[in-house]
Amino acid sequence: MHIVVCIKQVPDSAQIRVHPVTNTIMRQGVPTIINPYDLFALEEALRLRDKFGGEVTALTMGPPSAEDSLRKALTFGANRAVLLTDRFFAGADTLATSYALAAAVRKIGATYGDVDIVFTGKQTIDGDTAQVGPGVGKRLDFMQLTYVSKVVALDLAGRCIDVERRSEGGVQVLRSRLPCLITMLEGTNEVRRGTMVNALSAARATVVKWSAQDAGVEDISKCGLRGSPTVVKRVFAPTPRAEKAALVEPAGRPPADALIDEIFKLRPKLEADMFELARGF
Amino acid sequence: MSQPPKPAAQPAGRANAKKELSEHFKQYKHVWVFIEQERGHVHSVSWELMGAGRKLADKLGVELAAVVIGAPGESMRAAVAESFCYGADLAYIVADEVLTDYRNESYTKALTDIVNTYKPEILLLGATTLGRDLAGAVATTLLTGLTADCTELDVDTDGSLAATRPTFGGSLLCTIYTLNFRPQMATVRPRVMPMPERVEKPVGRVIEHPLGMVEADIVTKVLAFVPDRDKAQSNLAYADIVVAGGLGLNSMENFQLVRQLAAVLGAEYGCSRPLVQKGWVSSDRQIGQTGKTIRPKLYIAAGISGAIQHRVGVDGADLIVAINTDKNAPIFDFAHLAIVTDAVRLLPALTEAFRKRLSPHTRDRIAS
Ligand SMILES: Cc1cc2nc3c(=O)[nH]c(=O)nc-3n(C[C@H](O)[C@H](O)[C@H](O)COP(=O)(O)OP(=O)(O)OC[C@H]3O[C@@H](n4cnc5c(N)ncnc54)[C@H](O)[C@@H]3O)c2cc1C
Ligand SMILES: Cc1cc2nc3c(=O)[nH]c(=O)nc-3n(C[C@H](O)[C@H](O)[C@H](O)COP(=O)(O)OP(=O)(O)OC[C@H]3O[C@@H](n4cnc5c(N)ncnc54)[C@H](O)[C@@H]3O)c2cc1C
Repeated sequence: MHIVVCIKQVPDSAQIRVHPVTNTIMRQGVPTIINPYDLFALEEALRLRDKFGGEVTALTMGPPSAEDSLRKALTFGANRAVLLTDRFFAGADTLATSYALAAAVRKIGATYGDVDIVFTGKQTIDGDTAQVGPGVGKRLDFMQLTYVSKVVALDLAGRCIDVERRSEGGVQVLRSRLPCLITMLEGTNEVRRGTMVNALSAARATVVKWSAQDAGVEDISKCGLRGSPTVVKRVFAPTPRAEKAALVEPAGRPPADALIDEIFKLRPKLEADMFELARGF
Repeated sequence: MSQPPKPAAQPAGRANAKKELSEHFKQYKHVWVFIEQERGHVHSVSWELMGAGRKLADKLGVELAAVVIGAPGESMRAAVAESFCYGADLAYIVADEVLTDYRNESYTKALTDIVNTYKPEILLLGATTLGRDLAGAVATTLLTGLTADCTELDVDTDGSLAATRPTFGGSLLCTIYTLNFRPQMATVRPRVMPMPERVEKPVGRVIEHPLGMVEADIVTKVLAFVPDRDKAQSNLAYADIVVAGGLGLNSMENFQLVRQLAAVLGAEYGCSRPLVQKGWVSSDRQIGQTGKTIRPKLYIAAGISGAIQHRVGVDGADLIVAINTDKNAPIFDFAHLAIVTDAVRLLPALTEAFRKRLSPHTRDRIAS
């Protein structure tokens, strides 16, 4: 079995600071990490491999520095890592990203063995669109299984896979066919720690680096900024609300009573509504 | 804090490219909203989108259409009828038994086929698990742009869709255009747009389109559907009153105080992200950029600093009450009422005071 896991290197959002005066993002020196959602995808892939045999290939499209994240994936136990890096990929929206990633998955299949499953995370913490998974799946014409919380059964010989996927009002249990694309839900498995042995071999392993041409990308104009139908026209800071909050001064009264009075003074209708709600409970 | 809005930062590249639409795409007209149904129930986000879609259509001087896909029958009829009450000029329907359960293959085919046949210029979907699954597949099939999780939709002077969404966890906003491709697609999260008023209207024009697919063509089968038992899962977003706690509560035990107040008010409870990360509260209770967006009549935030990522989830609340020990807490910049005090002490007192005020006895007194 051959599984490809797509991971994205993202800025560690916990450490992003917004400049207090100019309101712009201070990205300098912000460390990068593997998109946290992708770790659940990687973990699920490694578990399936450990159970059914085969290989896991980690794939990233990004700048040369994204090699760090791939090395991390090798430490976790991925068998191989492919970095798709080329100036033609810069500025891609999700349509162009999925075009390039799909080309790379095809090439990975042709080079290292047919791909049975592609895993992605649910979404990233920077672009946060959750669109790349479905995009890659459609481009490859793989079965699309999103928001998967559990791979219930896998029958490699029968090319059959059962999964549980989250829907708005419940859980759908689906039976589908390989090859498929799975976007993995967060918190669905316990992500393993990298092992010392893997860390040592990861340090020595080579990360495969492909340009657009190496990856067999057929049409450069479908990549990067040129291949992106969406364009960011304007970036701006939200307008602050003009007036500040009115301060409740209890003035010797119990603060709770003072606060409730203020609430009902500001929104007289609320009191009647709240009676209704409290009664219904 | 009252910095004037910054001049637009101009990203490099095609941002200033002239929008030149090909003759083919110029045929694309009208605004469509995908009406999301799951098991016979229309998701409210669809009506919220009808409200937003109505404004776009009026501004463009075009029609607003509802797109209803599903099994034929009573719930399909009801969904179509409702869409006229929420402002549709017409409805496109694809009705087939095969569409009883949502599946990506069949719904993607249904939606792409009608788009290719009737050519809308704008297509809006809810950013739910179903809507995102479908939108991503449809946009890729149509090779068009898709803007995720918009918080504002508007029409530019030249008629193109200006879709604004938060970036970098809400600290900045960006406006995205889909140049040179149609339809212009966007998703919007539940509760981000206000619910439009429902006006009783007769069913108008309905255009039916065949699915052109039979069960045997569809690979993926639904083996089972297990509905959520905890209804609260989705109620937070739609609650009239929400009480939430943050790190200022200091411990998991103290979070009980939030739940107790919520219980007395018949409210839902929520929290800031760190409490989810600490495992004090389950993730479906998180409010904000990476959690739920809420629009209650009353929002009480206790021990929450008011980071921008939290704020974007609560900006639609009608009345925001903040309890914080720090008089300079950022939450006081957007709350309506502020009380500077220890939430751990105030919450139980508030619960008690509300309990008294909202007792049946008091209610009768007020009513008379
Ligand atoms: C603030 C901001 C807003 C944006 N808004 C939009 C928008 O509305 N529409 C749009 O089309 N584009 C948008 N983009 C561009 C988009 O972020 C990029 O196309 C990006 O390459 C992928 O999208 P994502 O980060 O949203 O990934 P998601 O779709 O959220 O990612 C899902 C999964 O796909 C995989 N994946 C994603 N990117 C890569 C990668 N480079 N390499 C390997 N695996 C990957 C990961 O497994 C990830 O978990 C936006 C970018 C930014 C910074
Ligand atoms: C990409 C990204 C996405 C994010 N998404 C979200 C999101 O969806 N939702 C979200 O909430 N956050 C989100 N965050 C995190 C956000 O930036 C803040 O870190 C978080 O909201 C802070 O939580 P808090 O207010 O509970 O804690 P703190 O910021 O630590 O604030 C605690 C507050 O409690 C006050 N306090 C202390 N003691 C008391 C007391 N006894 N009584 C009353 N007040 C007291 C303090 O003065 C302080 O203001 C996100 C961050 C990033 C980078």
